[in-house]
Amino acid sequence: MDSKKKPGHTKDEILHDHNHDGVDRRGFLKCMAWAGTGAFCVMQGGVLKSYSMSRIAEMNPAEMTGELSFAQISDSHMGFNKAANPDVAATLKAAVDKVNALATPPEFLLHTGDISHLSKPEEFDTVEQILKSASAKDVFYVPGEHDVLNDDGKSYLERFAKGSHGAGWYSFDKKGVHFVGLVNVMNLKAGGLGSLGSEQLEWLEKDVKHLKSSTPVVVFAHIPLWTVYPDWGWGTEDSAQALAYLKKFGSVTVLNGHIHQIMQKVEGNVTFHTACSTAFPQPKPGEAPSPGPMKVPAEQLRSVLGITDVNYVRGQHALAVVDSTLA
Amino acid sequence: MRRSVLIAGLAAIAVISAGGIVGGRKSLAAGAQTKTASTAEVKIDNFSFGPTAITVAAGTTVTWINRDDIPHTVVSNDKVFKSKVLDTDEKFSYTFSKPGEYPYFCSIHPKMTGKVVVQ
Repeated sequence: MDSKKKPGHTKDEILHDHNHDGVDRRGFLKCMAWAGTGAFCVMQGGVLKSYSMSRIAEMNPAEMTGELSFAQISDSHMGFNKAANPDVAATLKAAVDKVNALATPPEFLLHTGDISHLSKPEEFDTVEQILKSASAKDVFYVPGEHDVLNDDGKSYLERFAKGSHGAGWYSFDKKGVHFVGLVNVMNLKAGGLGSLGSEQLEWLEKDVKHLKSSTPVVVFAHIPLWTVYPDWGWGTEDSAQALAYLKKFGSVTVLNGHIHQIMQKVEGNVTFHTACSTAFPQPKPGEAPSPGPMKVPAEQLRSVLGITDVNYVRGQHALAVVDSTLA
Repeated sequence: MRRSVLIAGLAAIAVISAGGIVGGRKSLAAGAQTKTASTAEVKIDNFSFGPTAITVAAGTTVTWINRDDIPHTVVSNDKVFKSKVLDTDEKFSYTFSKPGEYPYFCSIHPKMTGKVVVQ
């Protein structure tokens, strides 16, 4: 690690050292990068470094590339046509272009839900059609609440999650990394948050039980698996139980969508990250009467939409999470 | 304040808000309105139901209308009624024939809750 180029200390740099319990709260708060600013995070051996996107050019490419690269897109809301973005197909296409232009081509895509706006077949069709132009051919989905509106998610399951368990949860392995797709948008209770439910939690416990604790784990789900802002329902009521099953792992990366903005938090061995939408931004927690679509001047729209690129370096247990806007 | 609101709203429909006068009863203060109120409206706006709680007479048809840019649903906690998903400006109506309390929520955004009290 010493041989790697270390960025100079500037106000943009944030260092967390979990192994030595040196988590810096001020740095932690600064790491909650907002949409449009962009952040780049590298986790190596439990140490997470985060830099603003503006400094990526100064970094050693070896820190950003690895043996496994994938990209996350989220909240494409196909079918949405209101003032906040009258053409969500165009911005999804721009997101695919952005993915295709990444220096390290991603092997596959994760879509963390709200594929459609109203669960309509033609909305799903359009997204599938647009994603066909991605250089990465495999897309792994989890549903958002907008994808399971009318039929308890049956059409979603048939189309996007064949062979999955329950309401659409599943896991798979790629180059030594264990991926878990969870569903937290079904059977929501009045007044409550996102929910995984006991059946899925039992499955998760079994799914990760036999893995070595050195296995890097990536969990992806639509609603954040940490409590971002409960007043707006931005959290999952039983996520603590899920995270308890992941405690033994040295490296856990949680990727979510739903809140249409970048947020990041580190808690012990777990890095939580939410992605931008490809469709429209939502306000920062509590900074508007409701979490409804936020209208920004047309020329600014693409600067608040984006994609997330993730790289894993074997041996270094590193997962680098890079957000880029569509601007 | 409530009285003036009630008078203003009388020409349209006898919408009875929480703590207001039960539809169907004579509202002398508001004028010679003796007809049984048969409809009431709840607006969905800014991720909330307004009014959050309404009190109506048995037989009243309550209509919810979605004024948000985002779809919502109206789902009874006790599975008495359930709307399909309501996109912007779409409506859902349900006629309450039996007295009782009917708490409901948006199944997409469960933090959104409301209540219909039928007398």
